[in-house]
Amino acid sequence: MSEKLFVSGDEAVALAARQAKPQVIAAYPITPQTIVVERLSDFVEDGSLKSEYLYVESEHSAMAACLGASAIGARTFTATSSQGLLYMVEGLHYASGSRFPIVMMNANRSIAAPWSIYNDQRDSLSQLESGWIQLYAENAQEAYDMVLQAYRIGEDPAVMLPVMVNLDGFVLTHTYELIHTLDQDKVDAFIPHKPFANSLNLDKPMATCITAGPPYNTEFRYQQHVDTLKAEEKIEAADADFGKLFGRSYGGMLESYRSEDAEAILVTLGSVAGTARCVVDAYRAAGKKVGLVKLRCMRPFPAEKLVAAVKGAKAVGVLEKDISCGFEGVVYTDLNSAMKARNVTVPTANYVGGLGGRSISKEDIGGIFDALLSGKLDAKNAEFINLRRDLCGAEC
Amino acid sequence: MERPKADLAYVVKKIPQGPAFPTGQLHDISSGMRTFRPVIDTEKCVDCLRCFLVCPDGAVDKSGEKPQVDYDYCKGCGICARECKLKAITMEKEAEA
Repeated sequence: MSEKLFVSGDEAVALAARQAKPQVIAAYPITPQTIVVERLSDFVEDGSLKSEYLYVESEHSAMAACLGASAIGARTFTATSSQGLLYMVEGLHYASGSRFPIVMMNANRSIAAPWSIYNDQRDSLSQLESGWIQLYAENAQEAYDMVLQAYRIGEDPAVMLPVMVNLDGFVLTHTYELIHTLDQDKVDAFIPHKPFANSLNLDKPMATCITAGPPYNTEFRYQQHVDTLKAEEKIEAADADFGKLFGRSYGGMLESYRSEDAEAILVTLGSVAGTARCVVDAYRAAGKKVGLVKLRCMRPFPAEKLVAAVKGAKAVGVLEKDISCGFEGVVYTDLNSAMKARNVTVPTANYVGGLGGRSISKEDIGGIFDALLSGKLDAKNAEFINLRRDLCGAEC
Repeated sequence: MERPKADLAYVVKKIPQGPAFPTGQLHDISSGMRTFRPVIDTEKCVDCLRCFLVCPDGAVDKSGEKPQVDYDYCKGCGICARECKLKAITMEKEAEA
């Protein structure tokens, strides 16, 4: 039944996962994802979710169990975070290469060392090459909707890829918001269970995950790449159909917010887009032409759409909660590469913030817009916003 | 010998979505790395099947009166020759075999 609920981001994910009716759930608890798997095990216990819930001993096993279940055509769900995501990395590639449409929630959390349970996006952004479709939610409602869209996208016969739904740890997973859930029959109609074409079948025996040496390996990888690119239109369509049916949509692969005539555009992803939205409104009210582009999807990378969204600006900043040490933020790299390939030469700058749970304030984002509007940008060096420079020694 | 033979004429026309293939066919032989091949002296051999048991690649066939080596899959490791109590198996250089 459609309900208005006051829930955390984790609970929103669990509620959506329950309505997707995965036949198999295998997960290992890790902060700040824990509530997702606690709720799901509650649902299985109280009978409101008829699912095989496997209490596995590790994230590696969680992914392995989902692989096995998905191989026979079961709808699967798992959730993880940070060190757990890294522990299942081997399985991530097995899932995408084998074309198993597993849906996984990842609570974005920093990576050790130094140890931290708090939010940044270095866990999932380090896995862009894992072959998973990567989606990023801004708030609990979008997270709920995104889990349902994830099944629609991943299980599309032309796609058949695993999907990772990312929520910023604590910022989204542990804060409470009002969300609107959907009627079960509408969810059933949006993501009906269908057999997978590649599933193992006793009547038609298949060997899965076969060896593919030099004569075939390139072709398998090329096919996977092409199908991941094809997922772009499916991600757009899933969000558009969701909007038509339920009245909520988010722009597909990315959302442009007041950026059409903007001189300065901030590109970012995840929950900080909500803060940036407020800053854009305030700056617009003060007559300053600024805009926001929120990336909802990092793989496939919405290169065409992103470049089209920013090419009219005089300056583009990328704010991201990650750093590829020794170079720059990976979102910045991808944006610049996409722009270069399309002969767009808008000045860009990279802002790294929110590492290990440090807050990004409206003032921080205002400072970025001020810098972008000033036209004095350092395109080569990622700027660490909010850096406590006094702690870093004389060389910094 | 009652072992399936590789169908080297089999050609993949179109790869499936993801590396899952129908089972029931051998696409290739796997023995190109062999330097020495085991040769069984059927006069000495008493069909004790020790070679069949110790072969790590399952390349010894026991469907006939005496064991036979499937040279399409034997890797030439020599374990059978070493383990044969009657020294009925000798390792012969491929080029001279």
